[in-house]
Amino acid sequence: MVTVTNKPIDSYLRVDRMPHIWCAGCGIGLATSCFIRGIERAGLDLDKIALVSGIGCTGRVAGYVKLDSFHTTHGRALPFATGLKLGNPELKVVVFSGDGDLAAIGGNHLIHSARRNIDITVICINNFNYGMTGGQMGPTTPLEARSTTSPYGNFEHPFNLPYLVAASGATYVARWTVLHLRQLERSIAEALAKPGFSFIEVLSPCPTVYGRMNKRARGLDEMHYYQEKSVIRNGADPKDTDISLDGPIVVGKFVDIKRPTLWDYRRQVLDRTLQKKKA
Amino acid sequence: MIDKKSGSNSDIQILDGNRAAAIGAKLSRVQVIAAYPITPQTPVTEALSEFVERGELDAQYIAVESEHSALAVCTSASIAGARAFTATSSHGLAYMHEMLHWAAGTRLPLVLACVNRAIGAPWNVLNDQQDSISQRDTGWIQIYARNNQEILDSVIQAYKIAETVYVPVMICYDGYILSHTEMPVAIPLQQDVDRFLPQYRPHTILDSSNPKNYNLVTLANPRINAEGVLCHGYMELRYLLQEALQNSRETIRKVGQEFGELFGRSYTDLLWKEKMEDADIVIVAMGSLAMEAIVASKMLREEGYKTGVLGLRLFRPFPKADVLKALSKSRLVVIFDKNISYGSEGAVCSEIKAALYGSQVNAAIRNFIVGLGGRDVTAREMADAVKKSIASLTEGVPNKGYPEWICHI
Repeated sequence: MVTVTNKPIDSYLRVDRMPHIWCAGCGIGLATSCFIRGIERAGLDLDKIALVSGIGCTGRVAGYVKLDSFHTTHGRALPFATGLKLGNPELKVVVFSGDGDLAAIGGNHLIHSARRNIDITVICINNFNYGMTGGQMGPTTPLEARSTTSPYGNFEHPFNLPYLVAASGATYVARWTVLHLRQLERSIAEALAKPGFSFIEVLSPCPTVYGRMNKRARGLDEMHYYQEKSVIRNGADPKDTDISLDGPIVVGKFVDIKRPTLWDYRRQVLDRTLQKKKA
Repeated sequence: MIDKKSGSNSDIQILDGNRAAAIGAKLSRVQVIAAYPITPQTPVTEALSEFVERGELDAQYIAVESEHSALAVCTSASIAGARAFTATSSHGLAYMHEMLHWAAGTRLPLVLACVNRAIGAPWNVLNDQQDSISQRDTGWIQIYARNNQEILDSVIQAYKIAETVYVPVMICYDGYILSHTEMPVAIPLQQDVDRFLPQYRPHTILDSSNPKNYNLVTLANPRINAEGVLCHGYMELRYLLQEALQNSRETIRKVGQEFGELFGRSYTDLLWKEKMEDADIVIVAMGSLAMEAIVASKMLREEGYKTGVLGLRLFRPFPKADVLKALSKSRLVVIFDKNISYGSEGAVCSEIKAALYGSQVNAAIRNFIVGLGGRDVTAREMADAVKKSIASLTEGVPNKGYPEWICHI
């Protein structure tokens, strides 16, 4: 029998911190592997990457990667990331956080970072609830889905995150599930290479809480659902990509446009103004 | 179960502290609940959402997007005339900071359950009291529960206190030690609670026939308004809030007494005492830590020391006169704080010192910082700390003026 002692991505992980805290059947580990392979594919210098996480299950990614990382307060991953980028513009700053962190308590920062088109890549794990605190409803919980704070189903309309960030001004927007490993890896590499605000939503199972309350309690149930209901539609209009409790999931790269980043635009305007003054 | 003294009926259940708080809010017939999940508070709001959706509690429940929004919603709900409730912990309470000032400044009778948890950085989800102590100066009444029965009883009393003095009340209890630990709790009957706590009648209410503006820019000095009435300046409004808190001690006592008459559990005392009659060495602590102090005191008594325990129930307004009276016979006061006012000492220690200043009580004071970020505090450690304090006293070692830490540095 061959025993594999070193896994290919181990050199990017703080293996001394293993085992990780994620439940069996959780998809955050898969997304983390895709992120590491995405870095490899994009050929980035590891010393020039900084990873920022907020709070929640996904927030723990910051502690497991062998990169400069920052585990920040709830909802504030993007302002912390903005500070890193301003303090050292050479850094490739990545925010790796969950839907509860980025879209709820940090929702304001999400739309303003996209609007500003600051040069940051956001990987947002969406498991449709607040997993770490035990499965409460949040701003991405599908209508009528059950949670510990909506025991008879959710009555609040959820955000469609790709539509939200696209409308706010993001230059790259994609959505994949953790079943779409190759596509997700490629998308992460593209987003890392893309100047401006890039956003990738990654749908991930949460069998322990969200799944258990919505008839997908086994780890593979949600994966089967992704397999059956996912439709790849690259270039789809983000407004047509709403997610419902058991409905189809549109995945793909939805937005890939050029728009001057905050710095590019500032440089253009300042150059123009200063040249005028000289003349 | 029928209480012999009051004749009141109640149902005894095994509950954790969070469930006790939620049932307290339900029995108080709260009408608006807004909250955001945070460990270890979350089960409070989960239980309340369950009560609301099952139709057991006629209230509006909203799962807002942050704690800041939660308290903003409760504040406005209260202005609109509803009895509002929220619960949080640690960073959630810190994030509410602005709204805590706002609610107290607006003089609204809100009740908030604070499940005490450490504050980052670095991250920690376990218990200490740094979160609520950091909000000491926001103008809220702060009550600390020592067991789950006190949590339930305090939430019900809190509404009566708040609606009498128009100051919001924070019920604080230790995360995990109380929030997630089960113990028997007597649940009063709804009809008895209704008798104790009548429907909320707001002092001000939004009414289109009599429009009012709230919290406009107010200058420092009194000013004559358009109708020619001299109105308070900012400073007078602040004075009135301070006066309301100062006077609330009597209300808190009276409400506690009334509660005792109806339910057989009296809260007339703003603090509680254990073996204080002949004690010349007093251990002071707040919340569940004071219960541990009882065990430490018992150990010390077995060794021949005359120790007693003073447990603080009320921290804001601080029960100065009661503390002074309780400590009148003491020779040594050893204060254990689960918080630290950096650069100074534990918050409880500062209060005790201030209470004794200028009085006839000339007790030596020792302060220990313990249990931060969930560090276990054992009765043995507490007893050793007291013995160390006694030794320093007999050896004539002067008080260093700063606290000692029970930690590994």
